[in-house]
Amino acid sequence: MGYHFNGQDIAHDEEGYLTDLSQWNADLALLIAKDENVAMTDEHWEVVNFLREYYDEYQIAPAIRVLTKALAKKMGPEKSSNKYLYELFPYGPAKQACKIAGLPKPTGCV
Amino acid sequence: MSDAKKFLYLNRKAPYGTIYALESLEVVLIGAAFEQQVSLAFVDDGVYQLMAGQNTKGSGFKNFSNTYKALGDYDVRNLYVEKESLDERGLSVDDLMPITHDTDDEEDLPSIMVVSRAEMAKVMSEQDVVLSF
Amino acid sequence: MSTLHTVNKSPFDGTSLSSALGLALPGDAVLLIEDGVVGARKGSSAAKAIEASLASCKVYVLGPDVAARGMKAEDLVSGVESVDYAGFVDLAANHARTQSWL
Repeated sequence: MGYHFNGQDIAHDEEGYLTDLSQWNADLALLIAKDENVAMTDEHWEVVNFLREYYDEYQIAPAIRVLTKALAKKMGPEKSSNKYLYELFPYGPAKQACKIAGLPKPTGCV
Repeated sequence: MSDAKKFLYLNRKAPYGTIYALESLEVVLIGAAFEQQVSLAFVDDGVYQLMAGQNTKGSGFKNFSNTYKALGDYDVRNLYVEKESLDERGLSVDDLMPITHDTDDEEDLPSIMVVSRAEMAKVMSEQDVVLSF
Repeated sequence: MSTLHTVNKSPFDGTSLSSALGLALPGDAVLLIEDGVVGARKGSSAAKAIEASLASCKVYVLGPDVAARGMKAEDLVSGVESVDYAGFVDLAANHARTQSWL
């Protein structure tokens, strides 16, 4: 299983999460997003970049409750509500945005 | 929150040598989603889980020590460390990572509390459930 | 309100027993199971700590685990009580929480 990217096969698990986090780059993110039927805008990138920063600092993908709380602290209430995030990532912000960000499935994600 | 149970995760193993420390941390993060009152206790070699400056580059393990710093985001605010265990190992609280949490009113409150064996026994006796790792 | 502490490791193989005894409160019960039972042998280096704890706590061993290791009731520190599996269940049910010292 893999994403075909720049003539390479980038391995992912059965749900589409990258096997090797270090293989991620912004162009690959666009490809994963396309697979997920997500058209990336600046707002999408804000969330994806935030997740990557969170992972870089704490070595985990945050649960949705933690994501909304941390986003609220950084970007304010209008850019962190469940409604806002589900509009950006209809199949679940933590799940879909983490996949696009090249991170593992969030711990505690059900 | 009134019927939330008090859960204490008791950690007694150093990280990396066995899987206990990482498993405990993952269970804590999953369990914290269920809005129980969660605290962690570090006794015996478990105190090594909180050591500052863990560097796993040479050994090839995933360094999960920074994940303890995310516990505050999961509303896990009390990390009890037994003083006798630190003393026996030649360690002090200064050897441990700074770990903080925010409340509604204040930011960056310390999460680590060094307690005596007698105080730790009391903390344990106040729990609904103690999960050992 | 009291706690049942279970210890399943030999005192010669780690700190489980000493930590359990050190953190048990008066009125708690300590049950030695599996390799933990070797700590209750009379004359062993763990016996003194067990005897000291008996002043404020109950100490039990799981009989089948004692027998499996070739020990008899008279080999145990006096004051240590032997229970069977049903007794183990009763102990767990009669305490507010069970704490395993792994």
